[in-house]
Amino acid sequence: MSAVFDIIASAGLWAAVLRIATPLILGTLGALLCERAGVLNLGIEGIMTFGAMIGWLAVYNGADLWTGFLVAALAGGLFGLLHAGLTVTLGLSQHVSGLGVTLFASSFSYYVFRLLVPVAGTPPTITPFQPIHIPGLSDLPFLGQAVFSQTPPTYAAILIALALAYLVFRTPLGLAIRMTGENPHAAEAQGINPMVVRYGAVIAGSALMGMAGAFLTLSAFNSFFPTMVQGRGWICIALVVFASWRPQRALLGALLFAFFDGFQLRLQTVLGGVVPYQLFLMIPYVLSIAALAVMARRARVPQALMQPYRRGER
Amino acid sequence: MRFERREHRPVALVIATPLIAVVAALAIAGILIAIAGAPVFEAYWNILKGAYGSRLSATETLTRATPLILTGLAAAVAFRARLWNIGGEGQLYLGAITVAWASSHLIGSWPSALQIPALLIMGAVAGMILLLVPLWLRLRFSVDEVVTTLLLNFVAVLFVSMLIDTVLKDPTAFGWPQSQSVADAAMLPKLLARSRLNLGLVIAVVLALVLAFVQSRTVFGIQSRAAGLNPQGAVFAGVPLGRTLVVVACVSGGLAGLAGAVEVMGVKGYVTTDLSPGYGYSGIVVAMLANLNPLGVVVAGLFTATMFVGADGMSRAMGIPSYIADVIVALSLLTMLIAVFFTQYRIRR
Amino acid sequence: MSTPVLQIENVSKRFGQTLANDNISLSLDKGEIVALLGENGAGKTTLMSILFGHYVPDSGRVMVDGQELPAGRPRAAIRAGIGMVHQHFALAPNLTVLENVTTGTESLWSPRSRRREARAKLLAISERFGLKVDPDARLGDLSVGEQQRVEILKALYNEARILVLDEPTAVLTQIEAERLFATLKDMAAQGLSLIFISHKLDEVMSTADRIVVLRGGRHVAERRASETSKPELAELMVGRAVSRPVREPSDPGDVVLEAAAVTVRIGGVDRLKAVDFRLRAGEVLGIIGVSGNGQAALAQLLSGTAAMASGDLLLFGQPVDALSVKDAVTAGIGRIPEDRNKDGAIGEMAIWENAILERLSSFSRHGLVDRQAGMAFAQTIIDTFDVRGGSPASRIRLLSGGNMQKLILGRNLIDRPRILIAAQPARGLDEGAVAAVHERILDARRQGTAVLLISEDLDEVMALADRIQAIVGGRLSPPIPAQEASTRRLGLMMAGEWEGETAHAV
Repeated sequence: MSAVFDIIASAGLWAAVLRIATPLILGTLGALLCERAGVLNLGIEGIMTFGAMIGWLAVYNGADLWTGFLVAALAGGLFGLLHAGLTVTLGLSQHVSGLGVTLFASSFSYYVFRLLVPVAGTPPTITPFQPIHIPGLSDLPFLGQAVFSQTPPTYAAILIALALAYLVFRTPLGLAIRMTGENPHAAEAQGINPMVVRYGAVIAGSALMGMAGAFLTLSAFNSFFPTMVQGRGWICIALVVFASWRPQRALLGALLFAFFDGFQLRLQTVLGGVVPYQLFLMIPYVLSIAALAVMARRARVPQALMQPYRRGER
Repeated sequence: MRFERREHRPVALVIATPLIAVVAALAIAGILIAIAGAPVFEAYWNILKGAYGSRLSATETLTRATPLILTGLAAAVAFRARLWNIGGEGQLYLGAITVAWASSHLIGSWPSALQIPALLIMGAVAGMILLLVPLWLRLRFSVDEVVTTLLLNFVAVLFVSMLIDTVLKDPTAFGWPQSQSVADAAMLPKLLARSRLNLGLVIAVVLALVLAFVQSRTVFGIQSRAAGLNPQGAVFAGVPLGRTLVVVACVSGGLAGLAGAVEVMGVKGYVTTDLSPGYGYSGIVVAMLANLNPLGVVVAGLFTATMFVGADGMSRAMGIPSYIADVIVALSLLTMLIAVFFTQYRIRR
Repeated sequence: MSTPVLQIENVSKRFGQTLANDNISLSLDKGEIVALLGENGAGKTTLMSILFGHYVPDSGRVMVDGQELPAGRPRAAIRAGIGMVHQHFALAPNLTVLENVTTGTESLWSPRSRRREARAKLLAISERFGLKVDPDARLGDLSVGEQQRVEILKALYNEARILVLDEPTAVLTQIEAERLFATLKDMAAQGLSLIFISHKLDEVMSTADRIVVLRGGRHVAERRASETSKPELAELMVGRAVSRPVREPSDPGDVVLEAAAVTVRIGGVDRLKAVDFRLRAGEVLGIIGVSGNGQAALAQLLSGTAAMASGDLLLFGQPVDALSVKDAVTAGIGRIPEDRNKDGAIGEMAIWENAILERLSSFSRHGLVDRQAGMAFAQTIIDTFDVRGGSPASRIRLLSGGNMQKLILGRNLIDRPRILIAAQPARGLDEGAVAAVHERILDARRQGTAVLLISEDLDEVMALADRIQAIVGGRLSPPIPAQEASTRRLGLMMAGEWEGETAHAV
């Protein structure tokens, strides 16, 4: 029991929680934005993979780290454009289209990576983001290490979450997005073009997903390897439901989730010899499923989620 | 620009759809090959050669097609009833590990004639069980099964990884995480000497025929289609929705579990965590390319296997990453979606 | 005379083979109420969609205050002061009233929603026109009548001077409808101009100043309300003298279906509250009511898709605990669902499959479907019930509404059911198809079938039913014989006021 306490009381755990949470925050926000406009984006897993690859590749080829993020966001946006073209313009099944985007984006990233980066014994690396030192704050006992010694993208992700919460609930644009996800016919009747809103939301959301992926290679790790996203995208999709489509709760959900993940990682080192490590690794996935089961009926799903909108066709 | 629903779907167009989709996918992938600096037609020629150029490669392609046909059928059956089973990968692994466990610990001494059918059934049942969990979550808590089946893939693979690391670990594998091997009597008979081609292919094709018959001729076939196309209307017509979905899930999960069993009993003999290079996911593409038609799944499975096996050969010959096969397969899913759309709609102005 | 506020000039619009609007012109003066009268498919909704910029006309133009409106631009129409109140409300149940009203009213790039100002403006408008509503209520929690108020407020909030209402009374009770028309007249008096679309002659005559009749996409007549009559309008609307089949007197037989204090609970709510009724062979029992008052639960219960929470149900004198679809079908209960497309048919399946789906056991052996027999069965229905536009193997979705309804009627009536549950059987059909459906129902009655007719159409119920009960808030009134029914009395019953009963208490 005291081992558990030691883990929770260690500043390292909390620092890890924020680090683990960052890609989940960005990915969940991205998926949330798409879904608020009525489009389920299962392309997330592949888009994160591509973002991780392309962001890393840009930096590997000399771009600075922020440019790497930007490149990943742009690439994510392009895949969003593809998904929007399939689901908004053509009105195809959002499930299948999203899976198609995931399969394509991940296989394409492996192809590009293999093509441009020669096979080597040890994977090539870059210098990732370093924790920034905030004068005063970073020197606080405990908190300094736990909260104020993160890399810049982590703080950016938290700011984006707050900004998105404001956008969705406090601005006319956010209202237009919500209305499009609830009833695109009503949006249209009020002079809003639901197609444009959906395109915008899916592209912007996918850009966030691309950034979520880039965080893995530009901050959490320093190299790219296939299957590195490891289902984080699917976890984000579950977190959106868990967060009832609210950005603030997405932030909290991602942190809660990351807490369990960071906790299990540390618990592994304590109980490593006794319990197989795979059991710990299962926790995030099982937790996601449990979160879905608890929240699915309670949450207020955007009413037009997964419903294609065709003008004049009800 | 507007889209208008077509009143009638020209039969020729419906049949040509997968061909158009595949050609389009190959064309787009061709651009990627060209960017990589290789001559496109030669690359495709090399893929064909790699897949069918020798007796060995041809049998290898057919061997590779076997699990793809099975996972493709698994997806096709489920999707037809609008049960989004994306968990083929996990179900495959669970089927595989069940077979490895049962043969090495339970019934390894049985004669082939008994052991093989018993193992196949056990593998299928394992796959079923894994799919019944998300179905239960959907029916009980309205949880979207897409996400849960996806997440369960990871759980299943970790579970398998744990078993082959611990209780089922093969002590003779030099510390490598690998399951104990199935008994010799559990191995499926070879169809051709000096090849890996085995009875699994026959099983897959026969199951495709059976499913085609079931879907078009039986009460269950009509009911599961109705349940998929319009659940509310199906309920009004007295289709037992929950029961139909449970049966569909059993068939779908069973087929994916069987894919794992057949892969172990026909090819590998044991389980590792790289037993499947994503057969479960590729099965979705196979099913979509086949327009969810079981007989089409056989053809689409063969096409997909051709790409995977051929790309390996081409990659060695031309230095193009073999991932191009995955790109082609993924692209053909997207182009197929678009092609199917245009069999249903036409463009006005 | 000043320029009309709205002129529609020579508008034509074609969809595929059909000419939905054929050179239609229409004008509207300030403070005037014009009714657009016509059957389903006459082109009313298309015309209004053009006016509102949802469709681009093939030719012709729309002028507001003498200024031409750019085609196909809903925003421009809103800005010119046109407001639309849709029949299927364009509202989002999960958002608040205020959010529903203010969507799209501010620049999308503005950094902040001006909620306080918006709320003040909304309250002022609702005060001015007597449309009371709580801005912070979640829309989904409001009644249908209140939701319509929000829909109207939305148009007024956008400074609409021309208000278009599409079938505004379709979902309202008699009383709500009367209140609505009073409001509309008040608005006209305050200088707004209104167009309302309808096919109900009573409300058109009582409310409109001028009536424009559309038929088959054409402008066929225009009358001042004071200079026309209901029969004239009916004939103009239909294009010929209307003749629906008439019920002849009959001797009802034994009671085949009896409900005593039956309650049905769906989704935790009592949709049907202790209802009583008796249905006899060879009679039509009409259940009249505004939609959403428990009709769906009643139809589902008797169709085998909803369970009874309490009460007694006697089928041919035998108590029934739970009725499944299979039980219902084998017991000889024919079922015409309220929503053909969602309940009655699987659009993407063949006609023959749709014909046999609910009785698969009689068309299969050992789990194998007898396709030949199914095709033959479908062909018989097609021949007997004059279903046009499809063969047994074609997809049912390709049938028109009327023909699909004939097929559904056919699959139920061809085996002479002992009971027929018909929910809104003529809804959304044109006059010819309505007559055909009514004829079939009366035919079944003549042959001894007991018919339970659930309808919100007074004319339909009065024409077909021998006895009538009203359904309000999940309760059933006691029956009255058809001879004693009048529009007024039925209207009162539908509002929950029936003698000797206290249905006011919810």
